[in-house]
Amino acid sequence: MFEPVLLRNVDVPDGHLLTTYEAGGGYQALGKALREHTPDEVIDLVKQSNLRGRGGAGFPTGMKWSFVPKRAGKPKYLCCNADESEPGTFKDRFIMERDPHQLIEGMAISAYAIGAETAYLYIRGEYGLAIRRLEQAIAEAQARGYLGTRILGSDFSFVVHIHCGAGAYICGEETAMLDSLQGKRAQPRLKPPFPAVEGLYASPTVINNVETLACVPHIVARGPDWFRGIGPYKSPGPKLYCLSGQVRKPGLYELPMGIPLRELVEDCAGGPPPGRKIKAVIPGGVSAPLIPERGLDVGMDFDSLAAAGSMLGSAGVIVIDDSTCMVKVATRIIEFFHHESCGKCTPCREGLNWAVKVLRRVEAGQGEPGDLEQLEALCKGIFGNSFCALGDGAAVGLRAALAHFEDEFVAHIKERRCPFH
Amino acid sequence: MTMREKIEAAAARYPDQRSAIMPALVIAQKQHGHLPGPVLEEVADILGVERIWVYELATFYTLFHTEPVGRFHLELCDNVSCMLRRSEDLLRHLEAVLGIKKGGTTPDGLFTLSTVECLGACEMAPVMQVGDDYHGDLDIARVDALLDRLRATARQATGADLAAAAPPGE
Repeated sequence: MFEPVLLRNVDVPDGHLLTTYEAGGGYQALGKALREHTPDEVIDLVKQSNLRGRGGAGFPTGMKWSFVPKRAGKPKYLCCNADESEPGTFKDRFIMERDPHQLIEGMAISAYAIGAETAYLYIRGEYGLAIRRLEQAIAEAQARGYLGTRILGSDFSFVVHIHCGAGAYICGEETAMLDSLQGKRAQPRLKPPFPAVEGLYASPTVINNVETLACVPHIVARGPDWFRGIGPYKSPGPKLYCLSGQVRKPGLYELPMGIPLRELVEDCAGGPPPGRKIKAVIPGGVSAPLIPERGLDVGMDFDSLAAAGSMLGSAGVIVIDDSTCMVKVATRIIEFFHHESCGKCTPCREGLNWAVKVLRRVEAGQGEPGDLEQLEALCKGIFGNSFCALGDGAAVGLRAALAHFEDEFVAHIKERRCPFH
Repeated sequence: MTMREKIEAAAARYPDQRSAIMPALVIAQKQHGHLPGPVLEEVADILGVERIWVYELATFYTLFHTEPVGRFHLELCDNVSCMLRRSEDLLRHLEAVLGIKKGGTTPDGLFTLSTVECLGACEMAPVMQVGDDYHGDLDIARVDALLDRLRATARQATGADLAAAAPPGE
């Protein structure tokens, strides 16, 4: 029987308060880590758990931490990536609004493991309630000795500063986030050097997603075997799935990694509205290629979705029913990427601008013969040639829509109208 | 605290003053409502950083406004999850009842209407942000009720009967 842990407090009245968190055993994992484990042992625990980053890329968290040089001669930093901006995704907001101490405890343990005394929590500026709750939680944790100097009587000192973003999807890309933190336009940096070696202020820096950090106290408290025993061996652990779109029960669900997508959509979220059928599902935020209905029997984990031609991404599951025009969906997705392109590289900046113009024309019934070939050529020009994953995400998403729903694109061009209007 | 004191307190969190530009712009925008040139220059002077650094941030990030916006900025999400739940119907309704187009501000300066990219609240789509607050599971009746509440808030704050200044057709 699966026991949710990440969402344990989210529906509890006053779940955001320290007293509630402590009553459920909160901050005991921090005490255990400081008393019973060296920093290297904490890294080993996380490595043994096979925790993979929940921000989208799925990189092994313990391995990322182990890349931080032991003797850098510079301060080390922990950055929490809370710039949740992937359309379809709202899991991190739930944690920050309703159980912020879970995140703060995870940050404190993670900072202890990598030897950081300062963390910046980069949160999207739109999240007003989450920001207020985090400010309150940090103050509570400081007053109780979970943050500050000589935490719980140890030699470990640690402070968390909140840094509000100001509306830019690219800040979810870790190096762009670092530039933004350093007071620049958010544009991705060339890697290497990787942030673990040369990140914030050219110092060793670890950047982890909110959900990733929230997993850490549970791994310390319950052990890596417990974590690894949930879901597939290569992608284990509890997972937050965001369900939205044309589904009866949208919401946030915590279930094992690897749960079948069909079960998630039809059983948990109640399936499509009455009288409608599922046409397609975007499984991991709009960067993830959509999956047509016939492909829904796939496990929701990094490797299974990659094998199926999509990706887990942020696990932002968007359900599309048979009343919806896929050309309109594809157009809106590419409009988003075009709007959010930081402008650093030509394939992304110019390619997406061009793709939006073609898509709008097709959707409006003014498409021309050759437009689909043009879109495919643009995808080819963007994918693999853009500076960061933003351009790639747009290209693979558009390619999937063209591949699976070519008939709808063709109908728009032939009939010179949208068949759904 | 004055704006300068707030900005200096924020800047103390960073080893480099340039990092404090975004927090400073947030403080300045709350103080002034938007960020005209003289305010940007004041921020640069307080932090002791190049003015162009402040300008480039103020124009890169969408939450910063270099032009005035209304007392209440209605930011309706029209990204995919909200679009699938008919946010476009709400946009048409808002344009009709406010008598403005997307991007416009009502003549009384009360409302600015915008569409925005994903607000990260897709479980309660369609959703709209007004100031720091989210309003979700919206339909036309709820939007109308929200507008009424905002007008009442404005009336309480100013003592003026702003309803009389509402645009025709409402």
